[in-house]
Amino acid sequence: MSGPSSMRTPLERVRGLGSAHTGTGDFWRQRLTAVAMTLLIVPVIVVVITLIGRNHAGAAQILGSIPIAIILLLFIIASTWHMKIGMQVVIEDYIHNEKLKIASVMANNFFCVAVALASIYAILKLSSGV
Amino acid sequence: MALSIVHRATGLALYFGTLLLAWWLIAAASGPSAYANVQAFTGSAIGKLIVFGYTWALMHHLCSGIRHFVWDLGYGFKANEREALTWGALVAGIALTVLVWIIAYAVGGGR
Repeated sequence: MSGPSSMRTPLERVRGLGSAHTGTGDFWRQRLTAVAMTLLIVPVIVVVITLIGRNHAGAAQILGSIPIAIILLLFIIASTWHMKIGMQVVIEDYIHNEKLKIASVMANNFFCVAVALASIYAILKLSSGV
Repeated sequence: MALSIVHRATGLALYFGTLLLAWWLIAAASGPSAYANVQAFTGSAIGKLIVFGYTWALMHHLCSGIRHFVWDLGYGFKANEREALTWGALVAGIALTVLVWIIAYAVGGGR
């Protein structure tokens, strides 16, 4: 494609960003979300343990408090994003049929967005106290 | 050691395990009867087993992921270092899982 006779400059080849055309974006975001979750895991586990054995009213009150809602929202965004990237890597490694691969990548996106939005909606609803 | 596949397998388990987390939050937002259903499930033997497995998958994936951070930063590539990181991640993952459950039982009385 870009052999010695190519008219494309090195910069132009770099702008192609490789065969996926997204460069190292997913690699970076996978690490970014991983670091975020590493920082958030202790507070998230503390929240979950605090809720053990509480009835609905107690749990809803704790989950709806501002700092806890923010911690959970951050964790949900980081984890669902991380899940989407990780599953896409697995799909691209093992599924070689092009149509099945595209369908799987789409299903992966739908699943992760649905889990993220359902969880975010639940937390916002608990925070608004209705 | 072939733990890289375990990192991937625990990642896949956590992917679907997130449904449990979403179910729990949606139930809390829905009301007392929906929340009671989640508590009945997580309090059952099979539910406890799944949540325990989820805890281990999370703790192992975390420790194994920290091992990847070390490699991303350019350290730990010698044969003995790779072995130490891998065994360290495996042992730390199990130890943290047990620790979390001990604390959970101490706080919540096993409910």
